Amino acid sequence: MKLDTTGLESALPLFGANCQMVDGFTAAPAFELPTTLDFDGFQKEAIQMVKPAKGTTTLAFIFKEGVMVAADSRASMGGYISSQSVKKIIEINPYMLGTMAGGAADCQFWHRNLGIKVCRLHELANKRRISVTGASKLLANILYSYRGMGLSVGTMIAGWDETGPGLYYVDSEGGRLKGPRFSVGSGSPYAYGVLDSGYRYDMSIEEAAELARRAIYHATFRDGASGGVASVYHVGPNGWKKLSGDDVGELHYKYYPVTPSTVEQEMVEVSAA
Amino acid sequence: MARYDRAITVFSPDGHLFQVEYALEAVRKGNAAVGVRGTDTVVLGVEKKSAAKLQDSRSVRKIVNLDNHIALACAGLKADARVLINRARIECQSHRLTVEDPVTVEYITRYIAGLQQKYTQSGGVRPFGLSTLIIGFDPYTGVPSLYQTDPSGTFSAWKANATGRNSNSIREFLEKNYKETSGQETVVESGGKNIEVAVMTKDQGLRQLEESEIDGIVAEIEAEKAAAEAAKKGPARDA
Repeated sequence: MKLDTTGLESALPLFGANCQMVDGFTAAPAFELPTTLDFDGFQKEAIQMVKPAKGTTTLAFIFKEGVMVAADSRASMGGYISSQSVKKIIEINPYMLGTMAGGAADCQFWHRNLGIKVCRLHELANKRRISVTGASKLLANILYSYRGMGLSVGTMIAGWDETGPGLYYVDSEGGRLKGPRFSVGSGSPYAYGVLDSGYRYDMSIEEAAELARRAIYHATFRDGASGGVASVYHVGPNGWKKLSGDDVGELHYKYYPVTPSTVEQEMVEVSAA
Repeated sequence: MARYDRAITVFSPDGHLFQVEYALEAVRKGNAAVGVRGTDTVVLGVEKKSAAKLQDSRSVRKIVNLDNHIALACAGLKADARVLINRARIECQSHRLTVEDPVTVEYITRYIAGLQQKYTQSGGVRPFGLSTLIIGFDPYTGVPSLYQTDPSGTFSAWKANATGRNSNSIREFLEKNYKETSGQETVVESGGKNIEVAVMTKDQGLRQLEESEIDGIVAEIEAEKAAAEAAKKGPARDA
């Protein structure tokens, strides 16, 4: 398998059978550059303008019984909540999950592409499942070749393969990290606080699910761009299984139930004077 | 430009690809190569033509490593072999880079066979004139395998196989004498005296046997043979 350099190749070859040598043009096609003093800065600004902020909270961690993956379900466009029921955990194949942060379309498309074109074809050609390492590496290479073109993807690939549980963080800058715990999105600092302080390697599945759920809840509590439903998935040796999907509003009253307090003062009707 | 886009390998009226068949002929004229797969070892042996006195025999290694856990021996045009081996070695590393995993024997065999097939269906090129024997261990399950490819681009897995000169008689011998626990003795026996042998185990990778070791095994085999002959003649005389 070669490196995906399709994004790095120029549009037309300079010489050869496919070259269009028309009207004496012998140079590669070029476009007009805007007249600025600082073209690189201008490019950066343009990309920042196009790149949507990753308003979301997703997290995943490896523990004794496998990988726990959780996410919220809010999609926001600036201050407008466009949806409270977005599926941010994408089922790549029965034993691998991907999380969505950043551009929804980008994440969905590339995860689906990964599941079908990369993972399934690999299975068919090699008669064995692709490893989490391999799938995440191929996704990272593809995203790297589109670097600078405005893709916005901050995803975690979680799965169980021959070597056990695997978790990788992959983003559209081309970065790829292997680690035991990750959280991605605008709500991630809040989620990390709860996740890191409550994490133990040898938790049971219920304990780990509760930790993941609470971490997502706390992130949605403080981060305006996260909310909706906290979904929790578990990836074990036989594949993934969705454990729960709780509305974070209901979770709030479950964690902090309203206790009736003694009345100090009561409002009394004042007779009209 | 010359019309190099014209295919050289074309079908004959009765459905043969003559260039491929001629390539197989070239393989049949090449030095014999034998491979045997055991339960936890795989062995390759290649017939050595008697080295010229002034030739540095170490520079004509016929059994090569494709990766730490895969080795290849071939029969046929050695210059073609060099090209194929280089491409295979690059593919092994490229696979390690893109999927962070070593190749399986089947994968690299499929790659080499695919390459050989490509050259039977392209313009201006001739097929590779060699058949390869590829041995190795699966990186995760540790199961040993032996595969063979040929100039037409087909490949299959074998318990034991031979290619090159006298391959038919060697294969007959292998069919008679192969047992699941076979190893180096079978290869050496089928090869004869002037051979290069390499043994691959899961933990130690490929190891070329020294001439002294080969001589030792040959001596053992001849002793066994002599004992078997004597045993046959003995009872007959008594009766």
